Amino acid sequence: MTDRPLLRGALGLVFVGLLAAPLLIQQWSSGAAGTSTNSSTALERYGFVLENVAAEVGIDFRHQAPDLDSSLAHIMPEVAQAGASVSITDVDQDGYADLYVTNSKRGTRNALYRNQGDGTFTDMAPELGIAALNRPETGTSMGSVWGDYDNDGDEDLFVYKWGRSALFRNDGDEGFTRVTDRLRGLPDWMNANAAVWLDVNRDGHLDLFVGGFYAEDVNLWDLESTRMMPESYEYATNGGRNYLFLNQGDGTFTEVADEWGLTGTRWTLAAVASDLNGSGYPDLFLANDFGADQLYVNEGGEGFREASRASNVGSVPKSGMNASMGDVMNQGVQALYVSNLTEEGVLVQGNNLWMADSVSGNGTPAFENLAGTMGVAKAGWSYGAQFGDLNNDGWQDLFVVNGFYSGETRDSYWYDFSKIAGGYESIIEDAANWPAMEGRSLSGHQQTRIWLNDGAGQFQNVAPAVGGASTHDGRAVALADFQNQGVLNAVVANQRGPVEFYRNTVDPQHDWIAFELEGTESNRSAIGARVMLHWTDAQGTPHRQLQQVHGGSGFGSQNQRRPHFGLGPDPTVEKVVIRWPLGTTQTLDAPDTNTIHRVTEP
Amino acid sequence: MMDKIDVRLVPPVLISLILVAGHYSFGILRGFDSILLAIGTAVVVEFAVGRLVYDSWPHPASAYTSGISVGILVRAPMLWPFALCSALSILSKYVLRAKGRHLWNPSNFGLCVLFFPAAYGLLDIAPLNTQWGNSMWPMLVIWFVGLYTIWKVKRFHITATYIGAFVALSLVRGIITGDGFWTEVAPLTGPMYQLFALFMITDPVTTVSSKKGEVGVTILIAIAEFFLRLAEFIAAPFYALFLVGPVAMLVEMYWTEDADETESGPQADKEDEPVSTSEQAAVPTPTSQPHAS
Repeated sequence: MTDRPLLRGALGLVFVGLLAAPLLIQQWSSGAAGTSTNSSTALERYGFVLENVAAEVGIDFRHQAPDLDSSLAHIMPEVAQAGASVSITDVDQDGYADLYVTNSKRGTRNALYRNQGDGTFTDMAPELGIAALNRPETGTSMGSVWGDYDNDGDEDLFVYKWGRSALFRNDGDEGFTRVTDRLRGLPDWMNANAAVWLDVNRDGHLDLFVGGFYAEDVNLWDLESTRMMPESYEYATNGGRNYLFLNQGDGTFTEVADEWGLTGTRWTLAAVASDLNGSGYPDLFLANDFGADQLYVNEGGEGFREASRASNVGSVPKSGMNASMGDVMNQGVQALYVSNLTEEGVLVQGNNLWMADSVSGNGTPAFENLAGTMGVAKAGWSYGAQFGDLNNDGWQDLFVVNGFYSGETRDSYWYDFSKIAGGYESIIEDAANWPAMEGRSLSGHQQTRIWLNDGAGQFQNVAPAVGGASTHDGRAVALADFQNQGVLNAVVANQRGPVEFYRNTVDPQHDWIAFELEGTESNRSAIGARVMLHWTDAQGTPHRQLQQVHGGSGFGSQNQRRPHFGLGPDPTVEKVVIRWPLGTTQTLDAPDTNTIHRVTEP
Repeated sequence: MMDKIDVRLVPPVLISLILVAGHYSFGILRGFDSILLAIGTAVVVEFAVGRLVYDSWPHPASAYTSGISVGILVRAPMLWPFALCSALSILSKYVLRAKGRHLWNPSNFGLCVLFFPAAYGLLDIAPLNTQWGNSMWPMLVIWFVGLYTIWKVKRFHITATYIGAFVALSLVRGIITGDGFWTEVAPLTGPMYQLFALFMITDPVTTVSSKKGEVGVTILIAIAEFFLRLAEFIAAPFYALFLVGPVAMLVEMYWTEDADETESGPQADKEDEPVSTSEQAAVPTPTSQPHAS
């Protein structure tokens, strides 16, 4: 070693500086989070405030988790991790959004909260026959999606379950009729955690995708073996299979997953359908826990081609738990948000925000993950997420719920979890090898993130300031304008916790516009329709924002079908261009702001 | 065959093969940007500091191995931890020295600097602690190739001792925690331990000189890890090496001080070792540097 003291001193100083650098960088990067403040200041600063008014509006619902086989008692919260869900529909076509929430313990009931139009809700599920779905013989509910599969003008209901999933036809004033047997090929038992309505072959009739989590031969209430856990924490393929039910147009469905190329058995937790390559046909993205996500490119309505790695979205295995879409840059292109998990010191995956990059000659889209760059990578153990313009400023914000299990104590189960997660497949797949949780938390007590889009490519978490920083174990979130006042409210379903109804108060200077779509040639729910709004803001800057009608997105959730656009103060709306699912394009010039436009497919 | 090749290239070539096979089989990397940044930073810092300190260009094999270890073992959504960890790893060789030898395995030092605050939620960083695949074959291939190489370069006894000690202590831990033997031994089957046992603890530069001493220190590392695991530190093996390795080195240095002084001066990064397997002495020593001032 040299004796030059100056050089040695300089090296030492650089070394000490680098030792201190991590904490300084972290301190600097975390300094931007919105802090708690009073509501008037938050409204002035961020343009909106939220208040949980569930009890006030008549929503008194608490999720109860599945009570599974006694051999899983030592890790029950780990296995019974899902089932709290929320989906939005207008079940009675009165123009007000209603909401359906699921329960998961045997003997519990689901609830359909009908919007009374006066700001209150009443549970109508028992009288409509869609409450008592959680039974020993048929399993319990994990989520639901609504879509008018028979094009009769009423929203029909599919409830996916760990058990025998159920399809209900909405017969209007006559209530619901169980028509599950019309889903030919639906197994008597599957452990489903995802479903979306989509018109996969553009025939004007909604088809149904259902994603499996645990394998079909596993009855979690009556286990034949404890070897039912994922065989790997990031490369597992011993999950449930997926199902695609093709609508025959006569009220029946045929299962075609194998023929269409949906042959995987990963642990699917979420799905979203969208035309990602401009072909006009909906592609299908699957968020898989314990492994890489999957993208299936629709080949002209005749089958799917897996393009997971080629598109980059399936190149790195993580713990996919959510799939939702939003045009975060006002570029007329929707980004795909996938939640994963981040626990410092243990498992740092980071959430993904996939931005479309290009489309190759064979129709394979390519994506780039910009979550870290835009500040939406780290949320905790994230589940459901939805995009929506919460403050009507013209930019899509992001609502993400977090937290896996908040135990009786704040002691962490993570160390024990990490022991088994790093193990060989024959060790990890056997629940008997998993250390007992003993009431300890696993990424529990984590706050919701409400990321405000600043329009310049950055998101800032304002949940503590605006009032939505819940620490329940969030699973599903859905956004809707329940009072038709041009404001997106949020409903959050928490695992083993209450349903939260967040009333949103928005800066009245911010304008908005919304479009209630009804298909004629296309499916009547207009699921798959794409709405591009062109406007100029008060500063003269032109914007265009793309939104789509989804038949389910996020985790265990479905937003209102009505695309809602915030516009900021004093906008000038140029036009809206609607591309209907069957391809017809419709343009409305200079539609009025602060109005819900009811548009029928020409 | 082994006698005819530059043994300094063995670890980087082996770890590169594992990396390439792992990535194209299982997508183990979160992206090439992070590992390229880790390797690039390590090599650049090595060249720059080596040139400044010794007026000569160091061999890049050691820095390459350090960088690739950092790129595999660090999990972070940002890129800066990879550059920082590599830079710290290399600099530690030049700054933290005693009697002409550096004390810490370079990447072990860099990793611990990041992992310890991360364990308390201060950094969005984690060690690689999940499986690379569902199949037995990748695990067996890595162990077989790794152990064969380690045997050829005469470091097999260290890895074998560590594995034996870990398994034995897993039995004891299983009794204490009540979680059972397979649960406690499970981490050993994962890639983090494969890299640790094959590449990190076998580093000849930062282990003691005698074979008995190496076995003894390895057992001490396993024992330290045993207690760190009972205290629920996820990065326990790295901390154990971080704590035990330098102490063992210092003890040996001062224990054998008289002998060293009567022979060839300060022990020069064990350049008399027949071969080395890991992040070996890229740092030239006073005795090996004609231009060292």
